[in-house]
Amino acid sequence: MLQRVDPATLATDRTRSRAEPIAFAIMVALLVIAPFFAYPQFLMQALCFALFACAFNLLIGYGGLLSFGHALYFGWASYIAAHLAKVGAISFPVWYWSHAWIWVTIPLPPLSPELAILGGMLAGALLGLIAGSLAIRRQGIYFAMITLALAQMMYFFALQAKFTGGEDGIQGVPRGKLFGLVDLTGQTSMYVTTLVIFLAGFLLIYRIIHSPFGEVLKAIRENEARAISLGYKTDRYKLVAFVLSATLAGLAGATKAIVLQIASLTDVNWPMSGEVVLMALVGGLGTVFGPVAGAFFIVTMQNYLAQAGQWVIVIQGVIFVACVLLFRRGIIGELANVLRIRL
Amino acid sequence: MGAGVFEIFGISSQALLVQLLLGLINGSFYALLSLGLAVIFGMLNIINFAHGAQYMMGAFTAFFLLQYVGLGYWVALIVAPVTVGILGMVIERLFLQWLYTLDHLYGLLLTFGLALIIEGVFRNYFGASGLPYQMPESLTGGQNLGFMYLPNYRAWVVVFSLFVCLTTWFVIERTKLGSYLRAATENPTLVRAFGINVPRMITLTYGFGVALAALAGVMAAPIYNVSPQMGSDLIIVVFAVVVIGGMGSIMGSIVTGFGLGIIEGLTKVFFPEASSTVIFVIMAIVLLIRPAGLFGRRA
Repeated sequence: MLQRVDPATLATDRTRSRAEPIAFAIMVALLVIAPFFAYPQFLMQALCFALFACAFNLLIGYGGLLSFGHALYFGWASYIAAHLAKVGAISFPVWYWSHAWIWVTIPLPPLSPELAILGGMLAGALLGLIAGSLAIRRQGIYFAMITLALAQMMYFFALQAKFTGGEDGIQGVPRGKLFGLVDLTGQTSMYVTTLVIFLAGFLLIYRIIHSPFGEVLKAIRENEARAISLGYKTDRYKLVAFVLSATLAGLAGATKAIVLQIASLTDVNWPMSGEVVLMALVGGLGTVFGPVAGAFFIVTMQNYLAQAGQWVIVIQGVIFVACVLLFRRGIIGELANVLRIRL
Repeated sequence: MGAGVFEIFGISSQALLVQLLLGLINGSFYALLSLGLAVIFGMLNIINFAHGAQYMMGAFTAFFLLQYVGLGYWVALIVAPVTVGILGMVIERLFLQWLYTLDHLYGLLLTFGLALIIEGVFRNYFGASGLPYQMPESLTGGQNLGFMYLPNYRAWVVVFSLFVCLTTWFVIERTKLGSYLRAATENPTLVRAFGINVPRMITLTYGFGVALAALAGVMAAPIYNVSPQMGSDLIIVVFAVVVIGGMGSIMGSIVTGFGLGIIEGLTKVFFPEASSTVIFVIMAIVLLIRPAGLFGRRA
């Protein structure tokens, strides 16, 4: 049997570029001063989508797995977080041994925002584990179709389930007090919280990408058969990547529910899955900063074109086509190419 | 209750047969659409996300023909697939042909973009509500079969789509033209070396697959209303159908399409809440038991 090569020894200094810390510092500086120039509400929304796009990019950019159903984790996490923050009590049917369903209720009070977000994140992780273990059974194009179909199934559940409020969604979600201390109703405290959550998620993804695990993931993306022949159980790596991505997408969705104080069907429906693909694509698939740039680009566009109605969708379609045909590297990818650095 | 009516699990055979027929009709559309997807994927290695939008365009073409030109259903049944098919070939020449050397995923992303553009434009001009399309007069009415009432139009849809599916299967599997197609799917370089114009074949194949979608759209127009989003909901179900059947076999797509339509119809009788999700649940079960799909080959 061949000796398994320790991926840590493969990850040479070349994979870590000096440009990345500088770019990170620039990004943090921009995000700190941004509230003085733009509406905090808009920035917080963009930050949630940026984290969502980064989580999605972990799968496609580094594992080569195109999930076309990421709205599932984002949307359901936002429902769970909104429910926990507003109502708290959880009831679910249990199969009782004497041939009957009984409803079991866990009487929880409305939870504080950090616990609500944690709950949403866990929901994302659990759903990611279930959907991921089904989807990784097929490769390539089938993987995309399976994730899309599973997301659509859960969209129908969200449409029918009582607690989601159907077409109305869950409205008026209280922002509450963080750890029972910091009042989040003010925009400043909410912005700082959102920024901290975003940066924590971003740094975690950065760490994953540059870890030995991330290197194996890239190997699977480049040549799965070879990775298998080197002794890696690629299915396990793919599943772990999928669950991590779904968890972070859940973190983004749960945060969005607290920030915008609403969870609705828009967040679980398939156009949202398409939107996050577009954000990552516009910014640059497989770049660290690309999804952030892409998310800000798309959210800005949606805000400016809010009056244009259906034309927003047409423009998104045009951007899709243009990106695939002309700018497959995306904004950040092209920039990195011009500057000859890694971003 | 009249003669010939019986009950199964407390449900009258009447209700059961009506839902079965509705299931067969949905199954016809699943079969036609997944057949088109399979043919396109075989030649182009692209999953055509715009398939739902092209189905919708077929229905709208029929609507336009009746509304503005005064040409009825039978003309639309030929004109709409040809028009939308030609549009498909233009799309292939303009956009898709640049993607064949790239990862399959880019084809999915590009056609998704095209679907957004087409659907968005139609929504802009026709809103989200459905427009009615009149049934052809020769197919109104129905037959009383004693145990159930069979509307003529629905019987026509099932029979005609079965005919189209089987003809497609025959052409691809049993004729010389089909053998070129299958050979080009296996090894395009070699087929080109034999002097066959493969790029033109690819264009025509895409046009044909798209025309099948448009044909399904025309047939759907009198049953469901004509609306801009009629395709996008359907295409995701068809993707699940394709995952269940696997795209390796033409007959597999046809059987899976009709079969799942029937199962969906039966679910509407016995457990209506699950009727919108049953196909996805079956997909999950198939993935657990036979990951390659019912008729698929392990890639």
